[in-house]
Amino acid sequence: MPLDPQADVKSRKFKVVGTRPLRPDGIDKVTGRAKFGADATAPGMLIGRVLRSPHAHARIRKIDSSKAEKLSGVKAVITATDFVDGADLDKGTRDVLVNVMARGKALYEGHAVAAVAAINATVAKKALSLIKVDYEVLPHVTDVDESMKPGAPVLHDDLYTGGVEPKLKKASNVAFRHEFGHGDIEKGFKEADVIVERSYKTEATHQGYIEPHACLASVGPDGQGELWVCTQGHFMVRNTCAALLGMDVSKLRVTASEIGGGFGGKTTVFIEPVALALSRKANRPVKVVMNREEVFKATGPTSSTSIDVKIGAKRDGRITAAWSELRYQGGAFPGSPVEFGAMTAFACYDLENVKTIGYDVVCNRPKQAAYRAPGAPMAAFAVESTVEELAHKIGMNSMDLRLKNAAKEGTKSSYGPVYPPIGIRATLEAAKNHPHYKAPLGPNTGRGVACGFWFNFGGQTCTSLNINIDGTVALAVGTPDIGGSRASMCLMAAEELGIPYDKVRTIVADTSSLGYNDVTDGSRTTFASGLATINAARDAVKKLCERAAKTWGIPADAVVWEDGQAKPAGANAGNFPPLSLAELAANAANTGGPIAGHYEINADGAGVSFATHMVDAEVDKETGKVEIKRYTVCQDAGKAIHPSYVEGQYQGGAAQGIGWALNEEYIYGKDGRLQNAGFLDYRIPVCSDLPMIDTVILEIPNPGHPYGVRGVGETSIVPPMAAIANAVSAGAGVRMTQLPMSPPKVLKAINGKKAGKQH
Amino acid sequence: MSQVRVSTKINGDAIEFLCEADEPLLDVLRDRLGLTGAKEGCGTGDCGACSVTVDGRLVCSCLVLGAEAEGREIRTIEGMANGEQLHPLQKQFIAHAALQCGICTPGFLVAAKSLLERNSNPSEHEIRFWLAGNLCRCTGYDKIVRAVQAAAAEMRKG
Repeated sequence: MPLDPQADVKSRKFKVVGTRPLRPDGIDKVTGRAKFGADATAPGMLIGRVLRSPHAHARIRKIDSSKAEKLSGVKAVITATDFVDGADLDKGTRDVLVNVMARGKALYEGHAVAAVAAINATVAKKALSLIKVDYEVLPHVTDVDESMKPGAPVLHDDLYTGGVEPKLKKASNVAFRHEFGHGDIEKGFKEADVIVERSYKTEATHQGYIEPHACLASVGPDGQGELWVCTQGHFMVRNTCAALLGMDVSKLRVTASEIGGGFGGKTTVFIEPVALALSRKANRPVKVVMNREEVFKATGPTSSTSIDVKIGAKRDGRITAAWSELRYQGGAFPGSPVEFGAMTAFACYDLENVKTIGYDVVCNRPKQAAYRAPGAPMAAFAVESTVEELAHKIGMNSMDLRLKNAAKEGTKSSYGPVYPPIGIRATLEAAKNHPHYKAPLGPNTGRGVACGFWFNFGGQTCTSLNINIDGTVALAVGTPDIGGSRASMCLMAAEELGIPYDKVRTIVADTSSLGYNDVTDGSRTTFASGLATINAARDAVKKLCERAAKTWGIPADAVVWEDGQAKPAGANAGNFPPLSLAELAANAANTGGPIAGHYEINADGAGVSFATHMVDAEVDKETGKVEIKRYTVCQDAGKAIHPSYVEGQYQGGAAQGIGWALNEEYIYGKDGRLQNAGFLDYRIPVCSDLPMIDTVILEIPNPGHPYGVRGVGETSIVPPMAAIANAVSAGAGVRMTQLPMSPPKVLKAINGKKAGKQH
Repeated sequence: MSQVRVSTKINGDAIEFLCEADEPLLDVLRDRLGLTGAKEGCGTGDCGACSVTVDGRLVCSCLVLGAEAEGREIRTIEGMANGEQLHPLQKQFIAHAALQCGICTPGFLVAAKSLLERNSNPSEHEIRFWLAGNLCRCTGYDKIVRAVQAAAAEMRKG
């Protein structure tokens, strides 16, 4: 991969990168013109609705849809048999097939069992009520620790714990055991002067994107299909849907609509294959839009967890050993993010002896999906809470303890690799030097600090850049724009070409117009699509120089590109007036035809990212209510392409973390049914809950990107819960070990302390 | 099932439509009149993405029946700009990067406009409580509050 040396990145003077121009989709989004998933219509369109299991765990004996099929206005009814049988699918895709439409058993409340397409929503709803499903209700389990116990109801009789030797002989709900680390834990704990050991629990939370899943599918009798959908990855949708429906990939064209938030939750499929199957059967376009209750019950929240942490240190604060066991339930199928939790738990620190064990557990809940730095925030909550307590026990300032043990360039990380230049120390020092750190605290208010880490991702990326006849530029990327990335792409292309920002228009191309692109996830878009954009622009520049050389009759290597113009490289090359990009574009027909740049890559070198968060939390000791009084985020961005949207990612991650820390939780009844499937009872932070969120952008260039970019979207949700737990614990005078720290829990902890108990 | 015939005014235009007796105004706007700027985030009045005004009063259009629009004056996000001239709130939302995904933006703009019509110089506290009925999951609200403050200042200057 051609890369600029690190020194070049640091000394480079950027012209447009790092400025804050208006986003190109701004006007559409403030006028209501932008088209999101549910905003599309088609001639002859039907409305699709899904019938869902009311039971947490039940065998499906029989589905009788004959009455529904006879209802006037009903055009199609489908069940699992309308998809491929799954025999040829890999295990992961087969799980998606079974999750999309239950076969044999309903594995959680909300699991799809059938679907209808009808002339309108009223008829579709009536048709659902006419489908008779004969269930045999089975015992269920929704708690991660309960699910691991011998005697728990087993979800899959073919699931045997992976990662253990010898192989187990009995099926269980433990899908996999992961282990990471190095050194000698026993020896490290023997050397410790002080040891802190604690257990923690966190509840499942939902990404809470405001736009419910929505799509419009159209499949013709020739087997060709179109799908309009809000997704983080339309190429993923195409490949998965084609596999589930037994279609050729080339016959399905997927267009990504504007997307109303995802945060990881739109990195898989739910209703998309259903809409396609209904459309294929009805031979009409079918629109399926989830309601909010369906979003909560039948999409992918993140794991609830149960975590033990043990850390030992010398009196001077040097950590001698760190150990953790993490148990994450991932819903009804294997694949909880416990592996990431176990990898990231101690990633902030330079440790001689470290070990983490992670258990991936299934239970009768919806199949989890990625949620912003999947798996890492829960581990950080447990570890950073323990680090704080360790510092108190030693009698050391916790910021200094973190600085003393912070990972640095050359540190062997707890998950294996050796770090290149990283920013953990810089973020800690930025927090320590911030006015917030020394500001006086009000009564019943605690200040908490915590660090966080995320890997970031690169992945498969394909980008095309076309020079238009008037010297403007059309850039086609394959990564849906979830938070302003089209602005960043325009900035990078403009920077490389030497033209104004508003001369570049970036679109998210459909799946038939561009090569495969991985999903917008792993904070990868500004890094990987940006890297591909820069290199596509460089490819175009090479061709522009060749056209100038041809015009002047000199060798191509005697032409340089500066400030948006081709110029002779020096006096020896000849004396020609510069040719601008617009001039070369206008004359393209005479010099070889259209000019375009392309780039394809499976990008490596995403560059890990660290953050330190600092928060003041006031605890009302009579009610247990916590109010966030002040919040500061210090995070390494590598290079901020559009600083406003980097700040936005920092603030948004912090706000989601505040919700996770204080309010948000999936609450299950004894019947295994979700009791709070709506925004009234699942309360995400509102405007009046939060203060302004201060941000400090640090720029420690990532050697893996031409401009030094690191992903910024996910790291910002890793530290908040720990930082807030440390603040609340200080304010309440008692260590909080369970999320969310909702008023009843905080009050119970305060009262428990009065009564002499710890919580 | 017989439908209800409704005569109303939307963004200044006289409009007639037929709708079911139990059909929310939001569905009428989106599915019958092609005004998809108001969004359904919850359908239960908890997220504010479907905010419109009825006779100047800020409402969640998912909780109002289409039939209730009879004789009223509805304003939606589509009627906020004056031709090419964006409303100061619309301009400041873009300038302050007060949106990431943008799904909640129409609701926030309609709600914020309603606030500034009543209070031309709201405090941060007043802005935060007025907008507490609108959910945004992307921004943490910081830049939204700043955009509303900037628009209010711009409008006070006239």
